[in-house]
Amino acid sequence: MATKQNNSGLVQILDRAAMKRTIDRMAAEIVERDGGDVVLVGIHTRGVPLAERLARVIEASAGQKVRSGRLDITLYRDDVGPWRPAHEQPLLKETFLPDSIDGEVLYLVDDVLFTGRTVRAALDTLMDYGRPRAVRLAVLVDRGHRELPVAADVVGRKVPTSRDEDIRVRFAEIDGVDGVWIGRETADVE
Amino acid sequence: MSNERLKSLRSKDLVGIAPLEPGEIQLILDTAEELLDIARRPIKKVPTLRGRTVVNLFMEPSTRTRFSFEVAEKRLSADTLNFSASGSSVSKGETLIDTARNLMAMAPDFIVMRHPNSGAPHRLASMVEASIINAGDGINEHPTQALLDAFTMRRHLGRLEGLAVTIAGDIRHSRVARSNAYLLGKMGATVRFAAPASLMPLHAETLGVEVHHRLESALEGADVVMMLRIQRERQGNMNFPSLREYFDFFGLTPERLELAKPEALVMHPGPINRGVEIDSAVADGSRSVILDQVTNGVAIRMAILYLLSGGHGEPTPAS
Amino acid sequence: MSRLLLRNGRVVDPSQSLDQGLDLLLEDGHVAALGERLDAAPNTPEMDVSGLVVTPGLIDIHVHLREPGFEYKETIETGCRAAVAGGFTAVCAMPNTRPVNDDPSVTRFIRERAAAVGLCHVYPIAALSKGERGEELAEIGEMVREGAVAVSDDGRPVMNAQLMRRALEYAQSFGVRIAAHEEDVDLADGGSMHESEVSTRIGLKGIPSAAEEVMVARDILLAELTGGRLHLCHMSTRGSLDLVRMARRRGIDVTCEVTPHHFMLSDEELAASNYDTNWKMNPPLRSRDDVEAVLQGIYDGTVDAIVTDHAPHHADEKALDFADAPFGVAGLETAVSLALDRLVHGRVIGLGQLVRLMSTRPAEIFNLPGGTLKEGAPADLTLLDLRKRITVDPETFQSKSRNTPFAGIQLRGAPVATIVAGRVVWQAS
Ligand SMILES: [Zn+2]
Repeated sequence: MATKQNNSGLVQILDRAAMKRTIDRMAAEIVERDGGDVVLVGIHTRGVPLAERLARVIEASAGQKVRSGRLDITLYRDDVGPWRPAHEQPLLKETFLPDSIDGEVLYLVDDVLFTGRTVRAALDTLMDYGRPRAVRLAVLVDRGHRELPVAADVVGRKVPTSRDEDIRVRFAEIDGVDGVWIGRETADVE
Repeated sequence: MSNERLKSLRSKDLVGIAPLEPGEIQLILDTAEELLDIARRPIKKVPTLRGRTVVNLFMEPSTRTRFSFEVAEKRLSADTLNFSASGSSVSKGETLIDTARNLMAMAPDFIVMRHPNSGAPHRLASMVEASIINAGDGINEHPTQALLDAFTMRRHLGRLEGLAVTIAGDIRHSRVARSNAYLLGKMGATVRFAAPASLMPLHAETLGVEVHHRLESALEGADVVMMLRIQRERQGNMNFPSLREYFDFFGLTPERLELAKPEALVMHPGPINRGVEIDSAVADGSRSVILDQVTNGVAIRMAILYLLSGGHGEPTPAS
Repeated sequence: MSRLLLRNGRVVDPSQSLDQGLDLLLEDGHVAALGERLDAAPNTPEMDVSGLVVTPGLIDIHVHLREPGFEYKETIETGCRAAVAGGFTAVCAMPNTRPVNDDPSVTRFIRERAAAVGLCHVYPIAALSKGERGEELAEIGEMVREGAVAVSDDGRPVMNAQLMRRALEYAQSFGVRIAAHEEDVDLADGGSMHESEVSTRIGLKGIPSAAEEVMVARDILLAELTGGRLHLCHMSTRGSLDLVRMARRRGIDVTCEVTPHHFMLSDEELAASNYDTNWKMNPPLRSRDDVEAVLQGIYDGTVDAIVTDHAPHHADEKALDFADAPFGVAGLETAVSLALDRLVHGRVIGLGQLVRLMSTRPAEIFNLPGGTLKEGAPADLTLLDLRKRITVDPETFQSKSRNTPFAGIQLRGAPVATIVAGRVVWQAS
């Protein structure tokens, strides 16, 4: 068979407008909880555009500059090293944080909360950069199936899934389109 | 594969620059760029290589390179074992296979190897499962030095392609010059070797470099000037008449440096012989990036350890 | 009276310009008759050698048997077994043993050990200088009286020109040739391969061609000066062979030899070996152009002899890294197949010329018995199968050592039996 069946089996659960509404609500929750003086740190890859969008919304509503950053957790992942196939290490990406994070209220931002392992690695990464006053977690989608005792403080949408289902979050900045999809993506058949 | 970014190295080992593809060099430099940051953090350590063992096997004296590797290993949380055998009875006459067996009994994941004879890491790589990282073999290669040199050039000048890099000194016995010639050639820079013919390898053009027998002509319009250490004690008295005469004709003085581009970088793999190959005013001058090279060396070595630290699947042979 | 009749062989004997199907009768260690459909006395054992080539016994005039002193590498017994398995009926043993063969007692020891082994002829070569130290002449006359057939410090060059001059002069009284290992050690400067674009590329210290050539030139001039007889060992460069041609034109008495590895392999192949020490030898594998020049020299007659320079080393020594490992190739059991495949099947020379290079001329150079199948000559013969295909497998070597760069290569043509003094001392299984 030579046909490519992209995205077949995926069902859209958030479109562009719904995604915007969700992000606006998340921003409001953050402000309600901690005011506008927070640092938003996106976890690579799709936590980064989410953190930037949240920052823009908060800036608009709170009228003050919101600091944001980018975090690469690769060096702290628990699946790097001998658990990986030979010589296929993930590429390192840039980590950018404000000069000091000591004493700050810092939101880790990611697109999907799943096993909790990414958050564990992100917390370890952050702690090597400084000692924030508080670290909170904001995610667009919580799909369940935690493997570590991790919970999000701000959740855009809770989506019950089965373990082998995929959640696809897409951002225009990276993927050219906004939206969230669920389902089993059929592998490309070639 | 021209534009596609490589995501991994092809071999389990880093035995030299010669077998690398430009994409692999690019990957190492890009990875080092991200790792440089760790040295600026309050906690200069990441847990990536925890529980993994690195043997630093130095069969020839070296403080700087070993030190740099050790810092890199510790910043990645690896366990390090130092095995120095220079000049002792252990190194002479012990076969590589014996060395390999001894080391493998310690089950290392990496062996960082410095050896007085060319090709020793290449042989060891074919005998053991661990990743071999060549920290200098005879007069052959010193790949991590060339990578950190290129990294330093790229950070300061923004590119490698199109640069004119002058390398001067005892080229004939220099693994640094050879690895640099390979690397810079692959990345599109022009390399000029400058030395009296008595310090130049036969048919040096084979390495894709321009050959100059006077320093002045090699310096004209250079973007980078790299001076190599002159070790007279190593050479007997036949390659040049005296250190005084060497400095007189081949030493890098402020006046000679004027021949290079105004923003040209001055580099040296160290340790420096002040007043022999380089004037102190130049070594300590504003264009000198010699200390950056040391800092960058750690990031490059971390990058290599990281990129080679994948699991133990089928070991790919060193090419 | 011991007899053996070889039936229907293709007898190739350049000493009689012979290449035809003939019978050959051996009697009491000598060639008794050569002819078509020979009659022999009743009960004469016969060997049907149809389809095989019968040549005068092959003679290797450059071999390191290592005994006394380095029995862990090779002994006279294992060396002789390797020699006959390689088709050789006689070998000349170089003197760089421990003790060096610089004393008649050592010369006698070698001959006695070889006689006790009883496989092939072993002709000792006397050291030129005491201890091969290159300082004072060894007792050449005494050693010749004990059976030495030539004089050499092989393994070490004679750096002192005056000593070389005196050796070329003194040896004339005893009718022996000086075999010179030509290498200027200062120019060689501790190198471990040929100095060239390739050494520059792979980062090994090089030995320039000039290290060999300046010494070849020097010794040719000294031979001219003294009227001495010079044999140049293992010529490996174009320049060396040109110098030999020049010497011939000037009427100087110079002979020379080359090895199979120098007509088979170049430094490019070494570079592809990933620093495998089996490719380390002295003289080193030279450039492709030098390999061409060696083949040219074989073709045009500049080269007098093909020798193995059989230099066995223990696996532990070859397991050292490239710079520290010793020079040398175990060559006795591959030489004939390499020569048949590359030179004869490769149409560089004819079979007759090959036999000349591996039997007739070697005998003449060092004035040895054999090298011919004329009636009355020693009954030393080699039987060759030109069509037999072999794969070089060092594990099957009779030699104690396995150091060869040819492992695994496939060759056409091989020795199948070796007859020494009328007795079959080896036969292919
Ligand atoms: Zn020799």
